Order: sequence, then C-alpha cells, then structure tokens
Amino acid sequence: MATDSIGNVELTDSTPTDATAFLIEPPRKRTKTTAGRRSRTNFEMLAWLFMRLSGIVLVFLVLGHLIIQLVLDGGVSKISFAFVAGRWASPFWQVWDLLMLWLAMLHGANGMRTVINDYAERPNTRFWLKVLLVAATVFTVALGTLVIFTFDPNIS
Amino acid sequence: MPAGTLYRGREGMWSWVAHRVTGVLIFFFLFAHVLDTALVRVSPQAYNSVIATYKTPLVNLMEYGLTAAILFHALNGLRVIAVDFWAKGPKYQAQMLWTVVTVWVLLMAGAFYPVLQETLQWLFS
Repeated sequence: MATDSIGNVELTDSTPTDATAFLIEPPRKRTKTTAGRRSRTNFEMLAWLFMRLSGIVLVFLVLGHLIIQLVLDGGVSKISFAFVAGRWASPFWQVWDLLMLWLAMLHGANGMRTVINDYAERPNTRFWLKVLLVAATVFTVALGTLVIFTFDPNIS
Repeated sequence: MPAGTLYRGREGMWSWVAHRVTGVLIFFFLFAHVLDTALVRVSPQAYNSVIATYKTPLVNLMEYGLTAAILFHALNGLRVIAVDFWAKGPKYQAQMLWTVVTVWVLLMAGAFYPVLQETLQWLFS
C-alpha cells in the first residue's frame, strides 16, 4: 500500500490488503455484476422522466376527479349506476377516466417498483414481489380499460 | 430512535418519507377503486349495493384522509419536479416544503366542509 502521507492513502492499489475489503466502488463503475448488463435504452432515465410528466398531468386529472366525485352535488351520496352511465355517455369523460387509469396505474406501479427495490433485499423476494406487482397492474389496467370501452347503460 | 434509521433528517428526509407513504396508500386505494367501479359491468344492483356501503360517516372520513394523502402527494410532487428541473430548486427545497405544507393546510381546511358535509349534516341535524 503506497502512502505518501497521512490522508493520502491509495485505496485502489492493486496489492490486496485489509483496506481493500472496505473499498467502495465509485458510482456507475462497471463491475463484474454490471459489465454484461449494459442496456442500450436508458430505462431508468425514462422511468424517472415518466414519473414527472405523468405526475403533472395527474395533478389536473385527479384533482378534477376528486372535486366532481367528492364535492359537487352532494359528494358520494349522488353516486350510483345512473350517475356513472350519465358521465360515460360523454366521450370526454371516457377519455379523461381512461387517461387517468393508465397514467395513475403506471405511475403507481413504478413507484411500488422503487419501494420493492429499496426494501426487499433477497433476490427471490424482489423477483416474486415484482411478478405480483406486474400481474396486479396488468390486470387492473386491462379490467378498467375493458369496463370503460364495453360499458353498457342498458345492462340487465 | 434506534441508530441508523435517520438519514439526514429534517425537511428533505421527512418529505421523502411522507411522499412514499402517501404514494403506497394511494396505489392500494386505486387498485380497490378500479375493482369496485368494474362492478358497473356486472349489474346496476351489484354496483349500487357496494357504493351504498361507502355512504357512511366512517367511509366519508376515509375520503377526507384520501384527499389529504392525494393533495400532499400532488403538491410535494410538484416540489420534487422543481428541485429536479429548476436551477435554484435544491437551494430552496426546504422553503418549498413549508410552502407545500401551508398550501396543503389551507386546501384541507377548505375541503373540510365540502367533503364532509354529509357527515356533518348527519351529526348536527
């Protein structure tokens, strides 16, 4: 280990010493585990950007939704099948709800992915929690989309 | 508090904790909310009977709590965007959090009667 003076220790010296056991890799350094996994698309950057762009749109969609559903005309007391049928008769509210469903579910799923990555430490736990998350997200988005597009006001 | 659970503390860390907690709560609500709304595809009776269980003071109070979580997550999300994209964002992140908290308190006070009116009328009728 080359040491010029106190405070100038060469931690990256190739000679293995006890100090190398505490070596912290510089950020974004290629290591054995990341070398073969170089991705051409920058998924994490796109996910980060999506959270911000969808967040801005959701502020308007969700707050508008809350005012209509919880405040105007007596709040939840007015909500019934007839109320839903009245709103989804308009393509404007169909598009509003469809956009809100997709953006909120993808925004929420990506947030949950971050939470899983942060707290689930065992590789198996991480894998199965993400499988569950993807399954729940795909199911919910598909079900919601199907309901909006196939809604029948004259059912039963 | 046990050692090792506090990161840098103060506004930056606690707003991050609150953002995460409200986000997870909203995600689970959203999942349940799409399922209950999907009942309109089953029958008007199925949908109306489930919605009827929401027309109680307890669920009304939970709606006020949901409003609180969504408003904080929305306002703090705008702050996060400002921290990331505005050159002076990181410098003013703490002041922006207190702005978020102030606006949140004002909006929650303003939403108190409009959201809880059914329960308040039931309580004081």
